[in-house]
Amino acid sequence: MDVAPQETLAHTLRYKLGLTGTKLGCNRGECGACTVLADDVNIYACSTLTHEVKNRAVVTVEGLRAADGTLHPVQAAFIEELSPACGFCTAGQVMSAVALLKANPRPTREEARLAMSGNVCRCGAYDHYLNGVMRASGQLS
Amino acid sequence: MTYMHIGKDFTPPDVEGKVTGAARYAEDFKKDGMVFARLLGSPIPAGRVVSIDASAALAIPGVLGIFTADDLPPAPPPSNPALAKEWVTYIGQPILAVAAESDHLAEEALSKIVVEYQRRPFVVDPLDTLTEGGPDPYPNGNTLIRNAGEAAAGTTASGTDVGRVKWSIDQVAAFRAGREPVGAQFGDEWSYGDVAARFAECSTVIEEPFVTIGQPHHSLESRTGMAYWENGKCYFHGSLQSHTVGHDALSAMLEIDPANLVFINENTGGGFGSKIFPYPMMAVTGRFARKLNRPVQLRITRAEEFYIGSARSGMQGWIKIGLKDDGRVGAVDVAIVNDAGSGGGGSASSSAEHISIMFQPEAMRFRGLAMYTNTTPRGAQRGPGQNEMAAVLAPMIDKAANLAGVDRVAMRRLNAPRMDGKIGARQGGISSSYMPEAIDKAAQMFNWDQKRSLPREISATKVRGIGVGQGFHTAGSNGYDGLIRIAPDGTIYLHTGVGNLGTYSYAGVVRAAAEALQCDWDNCVVVHGHGDLNLPHSTYQGGSNTMFTETRSSHVAALDVIQKLKEIAAAEFGGAADDYSIGGERVFRTSDSSKGMSYGEAAQKAIAMGGKYSGMEYPDDIHRTTVRSVQAMQGTGLIGVAKDTLPRSGAVPGMAIAFCEIELDKETGKFDIVDYTAVAECGTVVHPKGLRQAMNGGGIWGFGMAGFERHVYDPQNGLPANVGLYQSKPPTYLDVPVHMNTAGNDMPDPQSPVGARGIGEPAQGCAVAALMSAIADALDGHLFNRTPVTADMIINHVAQNGFNTGNLKTNTF
Repeated sequence: MDVAPQETLAHTLRYKLGLTGTKLGCNRGECGACTVLADDVNIYACSTLTHEVKNRAVVTVEGLRAADGTLHPVQAAFIEELSPACGFCTAGQVMSAVALLKANPRPTREEARLAMSGNVCRCGAYDHYLNGVMRASGQLS
Repeated sequence: MTYMHIGKDFTPPDVEGKVTGAARYAEDFKKDGMVFARLLGSPIPAGRVVSIDASAALAIPGVLGIFTADDLPPAPPPSNPALAKEWVTYIGQPILAVAAESDHLAEEALSKIVVEYQRRPFVVDPLDTLTEGGPDPYPNGNTLIRNAGEAAAGTTASGTDVGRVKWSIDQVAAFRAGREPVGAQFGDEWSYGDVAARFAECSTVIEEPFVTIGQPHHSLESRTGMAYWENGKCYFHGSLQSHTVGHDALSAMLEIDPANLVFINENTGGGFGSKIFPYPMMAVTGRFARKLNRPVQLRITRAEEFYIGSARSGMQGWIKIGLKDDGRVGAVDVAIVNDAGSGGGGSASSSAEHISIMFQPEAMRFRGLAMYTNTTPRGAQRGPGQNEMAAVLAPMIDKAANLAGVDRVAMRRLNAPRMDGKIGARQGGISSSYMPEAIDKAAQMFNWDQKRSLPREISATKVRGIGVGQGFHTAGSNGYDGLIRIAPDGTIYLHTGVGNLGTYSYAGVVRAAAEALQCDWDNCVVVHGHGDLNLPHSTYQGGSNTMFTETRSSHVAALDVIQKLKEIAAAEFGGAADDYSIGGERVFRTSDSSKGMSYGEAAQKAIAMGGKYSGMEYPDDIHRTTVRSVQAMQGTGLIGVAKDTLPRSGAVPGMAIAFCEIELDKETGKFDIVDYTAVAECGTVVHPKGLRQAMNGGGIWGFGMAGFERHVYDPQNGLPANVGLYQSKPPTYLDVPVHMNTAGNDMPDPQSPVGARGIGEPAQGCAVAALMSAIADALDGHLFNRTPVTADMIINHVAQNGFNTGNLKTNTF
């Protein structure tokens, strides 16, 4: 794939690879809708040049399912808790939650709130996303 | 009442797509040959376009053309034009669009276009243009005139015009200083009862000024459309919060027969009132595609969303409230000047309506005026009028209650609407109200009696505040169509023209049909989101309207299905339709259940019988959108279709009550919400998790209105200072409580077949009111008389720096 020097990762993912699950809410690092993982760290794809992630493992929301199609525990928990509202920020919320649980498998609700604070939800579904994180970490039954 | 589906949680069919990225929004669709359009916004707040030179842009290889106001029908004020020419009225207003083979080329082309403007005077504060001699935002005036039937030629806003209203310098000075503007002219007035006489009976009377500042919607999905034309039809991927109700309006914008429009909108990334109906830039998308004969995608930026994504109207006002000895509200007198931005009508009467129903005053007068300014256009935003009034009213009601020696919650319960509650100018009735019970439930959940006795001092710098507030919005209508098809294999297709704005109501409402049909939800398919899927004419989705309105239309369609099932069974097994019952997805003879057939078998019979059973015939009173859908499905199964003609009277009130406990740091001006508890008074709870979503999300919006979000314009040049999210600023995880405690009152409304009313807007109103009440409580009852109350205001108050709350300044800093 030919990637221009100034091309953002969000642009490459959405418009060259067709991975439209990664959303552009602001395109300037304010909202987190474009969050993806690079080597298990959550980053804003709108503010990352594609060349910066060369040779790094980039995972988008489309890449979370297991090989047999099983949803990632965060995705399953978000469904169970009806975490998304309009859903436009959801992919970013999912990716931040996945990154959090990789680094801290049993976060407190306060820790989860801090870890997710780079993801804006204009619908205000924060309580439901936090419930989803707690469920995915096995702390909510 | 025991239900199969109502009141039970379920997994809406679209939620998995949202967590996997499979859910597609307008910008996610591509079409071969698609080109990208971008908008050029005005750099000046007021003036006109003298000339456009796009020659350098058009010379760039890959740039395909421009689209200007000359390509659109004329739209003189007060219309909000898709593209401006003669009447440029705010910074960021779209002037033209350019299309190119790539978005980068389109953006490069914009930088090459030279537009010559002629400037006009501008104004950003409504009271500045209201003052005699002050500048007008339009060449022909400063206010909206409603003159139904006399719309200016070419206007799209039927029955409106631009007029001019001026107050004397003394009247404006009095208003700014928080006094009644005696003798001033208003555009909208109503009253009931003998206001003066009732005030005379009041032992506690307060007078207060108030200011609320508009704020942008900032839906996270910025406005996007992708349109293309095939065989005379326009296929339009858009982002609306309603669906079929906007079909005719979008067809009109494109000047085509509605039958030649296919509108596709499965998911919408937020609307909050700004996407109820088609908005102006959609005309550019569709028409530019036709002009270029190429698929066109037009997506606006986050900053452009600030400019043309709509915004709430602000208020500057004065209110007088009288309480009788027992705490009852005897009289209210309120005057409001709305900031309508460069377009919009204000919502002052709705603000007054909030007071009239929430406190049931014995007499009341309202006067309102909507003033234009050279700021971003205003429109409906979550509880327009009611919620900003809830915000500023709550601390004032607290003050009056405290002066009268009545507990704040007890005072609200005493004045709350009962079943015989009245509303508004005409003092009409309501469908039902269990608001006193909701207040009791929420007070118990919050433990009000215990918390009100807690000490206010937490530490040397921190103080506690507890607050209470109410929200209201009319929450239902009637007269829309329901449509159901049972396929020969027994699958039940529940068609809805309701949009998917993120509340899952599109799925919740059709569960009323599943309930009536007594069928397994797993055997139902919700059909929505695509104009080619044969959708009925459904309600607009705004104003908490969907749940009441569309459970009714779903229900009547289900009743039509049931009647046809029974008639088909009677034709097969003898007897009359009334001799048959349904259950287990079968229709059978009540006296002998062996004589019956499955729904799928009945659908096969319906096809064979034809006529009304298979959609070959249909009711005369259904909307033409529904007619087209029925015609497209003729002969494919058992068709149930009906218009909602169920009885309805009075306003349908959506209401909510909230409590808030905060810890306020007097050194930083920041506060933490440590307890938020709210109860919805919205009839039967249809979808418990969905209700919590609505209540919690509305709560977040309330916190934003109370503490953070506002327009800020530089009065020197009309420039907005906060076009981004981090400036505007919607609350984040860190601005809201770590837990939210919300519930429903769950008492049925008699005018809904499943007892449901809506709740979207009151969810915000109660939260902003409760938080404003808590802030005032933490500061010994101090009134800021405005929203938002920002940290700097709190610090200045604590430091006794004399923050000027009496000067009704809005939009500016």
